[in-house]
Amino acid sequence: MSAEIFFIAASLVSVVASLAMLIARSPVQSALWLILVMLCVAGLYVTLHADFIAVVQVLVYAGAIMVLFLFVIMLLNLNTVPRSDRMDAKKWLGFVLFMVIMAQLVYATATTSGSLSAVAVGSPETGSALSIAQELFTRYALPFEMIGILLLVATVGAVILAKRTFE
Amino acid sequence: MEIPLTWYLTLSAVLFSIGVMGVLFRSNLIVILMSIELMLNAVNITLVAFAQFMGDISGQILVLFVISVAAAEAAIGLAIVIAIFRNKLTVDVNDIKLFRH
Repeated sequence: MSAEIFFIAASLVSVVASLAMLIARSPVQSALWLILVMLCVAGLYVTLHADFIAVVQVLVYAGAIMVLFLFVIMLLNLNTVPRSDRMDAKKWLGFVLFMVIMAQLVYATATTSGSLSAVAVGSPETGSALSIAQELFTRYALPFEMIGILLLVATVGAVILAKRTFE
Repeated sequence: MEIPLTWYLTLSAVLFSIGVMGVLFRSNLIVILMSIELMLNAVNITLVAFAQFMGDISGQILVLFVISVAAAEAAIGLAIVIAIFRNKLTVDVNDIKLFRH
């Protein structure tokens, strides 16, 4: 029962914080709200017994990636943008698309819920670092190496893109 | 495991839709990148929930790969933002017209 209360609290906070990220005027506020969303998502992973993923979520997302965002915001010295109150056609189209996508996804999960909940066999062992490492370094060793190459290429590409001056 | 799978999927759907709305509504490039990160997080919730409810570890491995790709994507995206800002002095997508001719 306490897990359900924790789930409801974390999901409510994450939804409210992501909406606040959308309507925040300064990019720094948006980044801070997004960090709160990441921490709530890490809490949801704990309720799923995925402890290792929760730690990685806090370290990589809330730590590294969001620090990178804040660093770039600081570097560019962005000002607070004035709020545009008018709802033009583009924003209405965006809102309609938002409602359509959310209705589709929620409808899909609601209609298939009977067949999904029949396979609930989660156990605490499936989320430990040991079980993840055993799969990652044996069955998924090649993709693991390739992700290393991808990160190297991304680092080199980021340096080249940020250094280069276009005519 | 007392929390039903449907709750996780519904929350993930709501967060993903909010991310879509952020990409469509905001004109700040950095906030658009943050919305993309939010969408990736929503997908990760779905992957972990399915992995745990099916007792299969592969979904969590996929989440690790998604997090790695998200890190690479953030680095490249922010480098592009810096490059655009150095040339145009703006991060507003309405003022960036490189392909609009």
